[in-house]
Amino acid sequence: MKVVITSTSDSLTSTFDRRFGRTAWFCILDTEDDAIRFIPNEHLNASNGAGLKAAEMMGELKVSKVISGDFGPKAKQLLDKLGIQMVVIDEADSLVQEIIERLNYTK
Amino acid sequence: MFTRMPRQRRLRKVVSPPKFKGYKPYGARKQSSLQEEELLYEEYEALKLADYDLMNHAEAAMLMGISRATFARIYESARRKLARAFVETKEIRMAYGHAEMDEDWYICNDCFARFTIPSQVSSDHCPLCSSVNIVSVKS
Repeated sequence: MKVVITSTSDSLTSTFDRRFGRTAWFCILDTEDDAIRFIPNEHLNASNGAGLKAAEMMGELKVSKVISGDFGPKAKQLLDKLGIQMVVIDEADSLVQEIIERLNYTK
Repeated sequence: MFTRMPRQRRLRKVVSPPKFKGYKPYGARKQSSLQEEELLYEEYEALKLADYDLMNHAEAAMLMGISRATFARIYESARRKLARAFVETKEIRMAYGHAEMDEDWYICNDCFARFTIPSQVSSDHCPLCSSVNIVSVKS
């Protein structure tokens, strides 16, 4: 299962990004083999439809869970359709690492 | 100057969208000229609530967030479309219409994460901390 966490930069010690479509980086955690990958968000500065493109990307990557701070209406609709679980957390100063630890703790 | 504008339609809440894209008649005599009848999501939902879940119109209307009269109109339109499709051997195609998906957000009482539970996953615990102490929120 793949879990995506929105991140402000490309390391585990970077803080979590509360935006989904306009996040700087996506942190992809593969729970099968614990592999962690960071990919940059190409649509960060798109004038519109950033959330939709990000949601499409989640679909292509076959992600099953996305953790972010907020989802726009278009992104929400598409993620719903793709059957991707959305998790919204409000803690703006959490580190990506901390969120991963919280996930692992429960495995 | 004011321009006349029709009042905006209230969105109709759809709890469970249809699990198909449409229906096709089979064994039709003249296959070549199959026409389509467009059935809207809210019409499907109205038909389901009234004739499958056997609710009365007032209850069903409340569930969809519209007035009873509007519900009756949507329901009527759904039945007529189906009848037309049957009699005139038309395909039925689902269209989005003025529906609003009633996506359920849940909240975890232990870590305060908010999340959705897609229909493909059948879990009843928090995706972050696995707590079963979760409640549904209607946002």
